[in-house]
Amino acid sequence: MTEQTVKVSIRNLYKIFGEDPQGALAKVRDGMSKPDLLDQTGHVLGLQDINVDMHEGKITVIMGLSGSGKSTLIRHLNRLIEPTAGEVLVNGEDILAWNDAQMRSLRRETMSMVFQKFALLPHRTVLENAGMALATRGIAREDYEAEARKWLARVGLEGQDEQYPHQLSGGMQQRVGIARALASNSDIMLMDEAFSALDPLIRTDMQDLLLELQEELHKTIIFITHDLDEALKLADHLVILKDGAVVQQDEPQQILLTPSDPYIEEFVADINRARVLRVRSIMSREAPEGEVAGDVAPGDNLESVIAKAGGEADRVFRVTRGDEVLGHVSMVQVLRALVPRQAAA
Amino acid sequence: MATYDGLFDGLGLRDWCDTEAADGPMSMADLLAKTQGGGDAATSLRDLPFPSLDALHDACAAIPQSRDLTQGLETGFLGIRDALRVVVDPLTQPLSWALENMLWLMTQTPWWVMVPVLLLVTWAVARSWKVVGFVALMIAGLAFVDHYEVAMQTLAIIFVCAFICVLLGVPIGIAMSRSDRLQGILTPVLDMLQTLPPFVYLIPLIFLFSVTEPKLYGIAVILYAIVPVVRLTNLGIRLVDPDVIEAADAFGMTKRQKLFGVQIPLALPNIMAGVNQTIMMSLAMVVIASMVSAPGLGILVLRGIRNLELGVGLVAGLGIVVLAIALDRVTKAALARIDASQSSR
Ligand SMILES: Nc1ncnc2c1ncn2[C@@H]1O[C@H](COP(=O)(O)OP(=O)(O)O)[C@@H](O)[C@H]1O
Ligand SMILES: [Mg+2]
Repeated sequence: MTEQTVKVSIRNLYKIFGEDPQGALAKVRDGMSKPDLLDQTGHVLGLQDINVDMHEGKITVIMGLSGSGKSTLIRHLNRLIEPTAGEVLVNGEDILAWNDAQMRSLRRETMSMVFQKFALLPHRTVLENAGMALATRGIAREDYEAEARKWLARVGLEGQDEQYPHQLSGGMQQRVGIARALASNSDIMLMDEAFSALDPLIRTDMQDLLLELQEELHKTIIFITHDLDEALKLADHLVILKDGAVVQQDEPQQILLTPSDPYIEEFVADINRARVLRVRSIMSREAPEGEVAGDVAPGDNLESVIAKAGGEADRVFRVTRGDEVLGHVSMVQVLRALVPRQAAA
Repeated sequence: MATYDGLFDGLGLRDWCDTEAADGPMSMADLLAKTQGGGDAATSLRDLPFPSLDALHDACAAIPQSRDLTQGLETGFLGIRDALRVVVDPLTQPLSWALENMLWLMTQTPWWVMVPVLLLVTWAVARSWKVVGFVALMIAGLAFVDHYEVAMQTLAIIFVCAFICVLLGVPIGIAMSRSDRLQGILTPVLDMLQTLPPFVYLIPLIFLFSVTEPKLYGIAVILYAIVPVVRLTNLGIRLVDPDVIEAADAFGMTKRQKLFGVQIPLALPNIMAGVNQTIMMSLAMVVIASMVSAPGLGILVLRGIRNLELGVGLVAGLGIVVLAIALDRVTKAALARIDASQSSR
């Protein structure tokens, strides 16, 4: 893996909801489980010993079922929720030690957020909403207009400046939400189920838009979702959360190939592996026996390799990037990778 | 001889009763008992009196009578009256001043200036020619039957009192929305203000101020009418979509920016509904306050009752209805305008 800077980092983070979180924390550290804690003390164990590094310029996806603590986790990054224990480091600094003024400047300049239910200001126009972060910094309307307009255009919302949010469709409202976050020009973007409220087709469009923007902007994005397809499509790093604890985190391809526990195996069982898995995740360095039938790129998915082989099971392909040969992949390897480990065992 | 004699004898309190007995003034019941030549000893169970203060007093002179309670309240109030006056008098002096001046202004300005000014205000608030025309018709009707001056007096008092209600009520409502404790303290106070029969406000006020002072009725009107604007401001701010508030926090708004940029604008429809009710309640109270010399249509209603002048009372009553409808239409039009400009939810 290439050299990467850690932009945001969560260390040993715990969150317990209830009257006496510190008392409950001691019990959790002694090994009490979430249901027991709720039964015996009435406290909700929101998050439990979370450790995640989020790399600069990458999309970190946090995935889990509803109630697994995703929203709670992401709100710790800008301290909309205060942790019970642990550290949150942004650019290496522990923001839990920061005062109100420092937190405000973090929220205004370093971290922006996109919400599941859009959360636009209903009494402000689209343009004013897009410029909200800038206006909050005290920039006058005539000075932020150009910037807000630029980002509205960038997300495909030209000429709607004077509309009000309720006049727009859900997809368009979320475009305003994204423009608002981008216009703040922050390095870090938090997205809490940003596309979950949208229709499937529009959701796909928005995912493509996000990837396209990311290609160009290289933001550090923390993206929350409960949808595995969405997670696999967007993630550079995938964190799987269950009952407030991290079950596995890795590159998404690795999670598919080597799920660490039955919960994840079950989760990934219904995925179209041929479409998600890529050549680079299964190729081998040394050439296998047999004649090379053609060249494939490391980013090609297995579906396209199968198509290239025309269904023949004995083909071997060379994996190349430009002129450089990276390795080889055989149809046998491809077919093996298509079978989930659980079924094979 | 009294019913509860035995009780005090049994408890061994007889001595205390007799020594503590101060020779208070004789109550009516005592007098009656005396003239009837004492009660007979054999009281049947059917006639057993409730052990009230008066009944217990009969048996034990040390127990005070109910009359002493009311009298005690009165002397107590008279005792603190002067101290209270020192504080309340200067504090409320601007109210007298405002009422006197407004009354002077609205009755002394020639009608051909006053009426257009009122219509202009109507236009500014309601932005609807229909409403302006309606108000013009109402004023013309009142003036035609020579009720112009009294109607202006009533309006003057309402304008001053409603304005002060909003001036005090909105900040109180905002403070309530921010603190559950304050809400807990103020809610019973507001409940009491709202359920006390309007006449009851007048009783202590009459003791406190002289009947010739306008602030006497001013305070009564304000106390009665301030409740809805406080309640609805509090409610309106509490009902603002929490997602939007979270977005405001996430983009680093200060409390002030949030209050003026998000909470108040979004609570405005509710606040305006409160203002509408406050104005209607001022009108109701200003009529009752005529009993303590508030000028206006109420005086004529009172005359109708006192002198059995049926026609005078009925016309003045109808005049009040006309004013009520006009005030309601204008404030409702303003409310509708606000709703339309941010028909968010
Ligand atoms: N303020 C709160 N008080 C008590 N429990 C809470 C609170 N917020 C969240 N929880 C609990 O924490 C868990 C995680 O919630 P959340 O982070 O919203 O999950 P997700 O976003 O993954 O659906 C849930 O069990 C929820 O009931
Ligand atoms: Mg959530």
